[in-house]
Amino acid sequence: MSPEKTTEEPSYLDYKGKYRGIFSWIFSTDHKRIGLLYLFSILTLFIIGATLGLLMKFELIAPGGTIMDAQSYNAFFTLHGIVMIFAVVIPGLPAVFGNFLLPLMIGAKDVAFPKINLLSWYLYVIGVTLVILSQFAGDGPPDTGWTFYAPYSFRTTNTMLPAVFGAFVLGFSSILTGLNFLVTIHRMRAPGMTWLKMPLFPWSLYATGWVQLLATPIIGITLLMVVAERTLKIGFFDPTLGGDPILYQHLFWTYSHPAVYIMILPAMGAISEMISTFSHKTIFGYRFMVVSILAIAFVGYFVWGHHMFTSGMSGTALYAFSLLTFLVAIPSAIKVFNWISTMHKGSIDLQTPFYWAIAFIFVFMIGGYSGLILGSLAANVHLHNTHFVVAHFHFIVFGGTGFAFFGAAHYWFPKITGKMYDSRWANIGLILFFIGFLALYAPMFYLGFKGMPRRYFDYDEVFHAGNIISTMGSWILYSGLAVIIINLFSSLKGGKKAPSDPWGGKTLEWTVPSPPPVENFTETPVITKGPYDYK
Amino acid sequence: MSMLVEIHRDDLASKTGMWLFLFTEMLLFGGLFVVYTVYRFRNQVAFHLAAGELSVVIGTLNTVILLTSSATIAMSVTAIQKRNKKLTLLLLGITVLLGIGFLINKYFEWGGHIKENIYPGSSILALRGQGDVLFYGLYYFMTGLHALHIVIGLVFIGFIISFVARDKVNSGNFVLLENSGLYWHLVDLIWIFLFPLFYLIT
Repeated sequence: MSPEKTTEEPSYLDYKGKYRGIFSWIFSTDHKRIGLLYLFSILTLFIIGATLGLLMKFELIAPGGTIMDAQSYNAFFTLHGIVMIFAVVIPGLPAVFGNFLLPLMIGAKDVAFPKINLLSWYLYVIGVTLVILSQFAGDGPPDTGWTFYAPYSFRTTNTMLPAVFGAFVLGFSSILTGLNFLVTIHRMRAPGMTWLKMPLFPWSLYATGWVQLLATPIIGITLLMVVAERTLKIGFFDPTLGGDPILYQHLFWTYSHPAVYIMILPAMGAISEMISTFSHKTIFGYRFMVVSILAIAFVGYFVWGHHMFTSGMSGTALYAFSLLTFLVAIPSAIKVFNWISTMHKGSIDLQTPFYWAIAFIFVFMIGGYSGLILGSLAANVHLHNTHFVVAHFHFIVFGGTGFAFFGAAHYWFPKITGKMYDSRWANIGLILFFIGFLALYAPMFYLGFKGMPRRYFDYDEVFHAGNIISTMGSWILYSGLAVIIINLFSSLKGGKKAPSDPWGGKTLEWTVPSPPPVENFTETPVITKGPYDYK
Repeated sequence: MSMLVEIHRDDLASKTGMWLFLFTEMLLFGGLFVVYTVYRFRNQVAFHLAAGELSVVIGTLNTVILLTSSATIAMSVTAIQKRNKKLTLLLLGITVLLGIGFLINKYFEWGGHIKENIYPGSSILALRGQGDVLFYGLYYFMTGLHALHIVIGLVFIGFIISFVARDKVNSGNFVLLENSGLYWHLVDLIWIFLFPLFYLIT
């Protein structure tokens, strides 16, 4: 462990700028404060989304209506999806930890465009407000599912426009974050930090930035077309006017599949950091890691058709999309292999973030394998639109990104707050979360395999047992979540003071005091060695 | 937040950012070009006939106007480098006037169609069949979105004019002008694709 770093400069939390109180946050262009703005907004929405999920699971505890009718259930899964996808998981790791740590990890004072960074948070808030507004404005909440599929999205009489436009604005916010990170990484790396001396979390943000930049405009224009369809009666996707609903699905998934990689790539980057740090060993196959990050981002563009195997496509297209889907598994598997190999013969320090990382690998592998089952054409016909898909998706997006998010929250908590969390409660929270997670989602594989469709508030009696386990799992998961969040917040007050490098990490963010000073680095660091330089 | 960040200036970073933003704009329109291609392929005859109804004269005129305005804004970038503030302002003024001229033409063109009851949702257009509905739907949406970009571009250039007048944009710091020039060229470029797709392929 390196000697304790101290500095005369005030930390970013104590710094007295032009503004006071809340304005010192919402007018701040400091990437660290913006990261925290994102953290609190995303956490709030995550709790809203999780509560909606909890209520949906409660509805499914028994066949028939329990606490809501079919229409409310439609509204619940729609809002749950929009909030969780567009407002939580997509911005989650890049906007919170990316904002906070990218400049620190590459030895920069801030991102390339601090004002645009703040603008992207404003847009985020506007987008979220619009989505929430759609719940209360006019003719009932949106009920199409988060995918806004045609023709539902322009046939439904419920309020759609604020939600659709809100998703568009959130997309714009995401583009600006991605653009900012790309330019930051290109222009602001510390002297000596060549591309292959850059840590993997920035690498994953770099690939994510490209995906955000090149995929998001497609959903932007698609959502605008839905808006035009509803307001101006332009028949882009309406069969009665000559349009084609399948074309909507193509355009939608052209973005929304790469969006899954916006969610998972930064998660993989963060996990790589944690595994290397707590194994006290350089990451195994660093170059392979970099290449596989880029390969996932690239191949991820060409697999959107696997969401539409039963929608009607030519046989050639089906085979091509299926094959490409299988190809994505290769770089993902390389990463899992390298994580495990990094641990091999390392001197492992069993801390909470490391537990999160191995829990991540476990659920990510289940999620990944179930993805291969869905990617094979014959199985897909049977499993399409069943709970199997819900289980697969939550294993990847909640199990993958969610576990990485909480792992990252514990890993960088000392750096961000300057305090240590209570690791006993953190571990209890993790165990509850992990058990709850498996109990909640694992039965869905079975239910889906047996034919239980998704997006219904009701089901046949034969599915009852699995649903009871699943609902009880949601309670355990939710209580684990409560323990984790309460523990982190109470550690803000009661936690021990954190040293600059509590874990023995080698990346640049651990060379500055915790919490970091406003300008991050008193002297610009000069890089001579690779990012994970363990003996 | 800090003084240092504000003093720090990296023109290459600004330009890189602008180029990346232009990629997103291209993809935004790219989605529409895909939709256009699909529906043109499916409704070849209707698209062929409907395209013949658009005024090639106004289309060509607008193309000339936009190309000229791209030239004037490019010249203004050179002018500011040569410290000729007056010429810069003049050229930017011409660019704005040309942009407004484009919109005026567009107004009369759209107005003419709307007078003939050709607009999305009109029952007379619906009677002509789905191919026509799609063609005009795409026509209004794509040229409308393009016109919106012209308006945004004009607002940008308006700001730049006031910056140049107040010497905030000057021969030593003109990256903002260059970036709005880039944006204006993109708007121009998109029109260069819209023009043949709607007016010329008949």
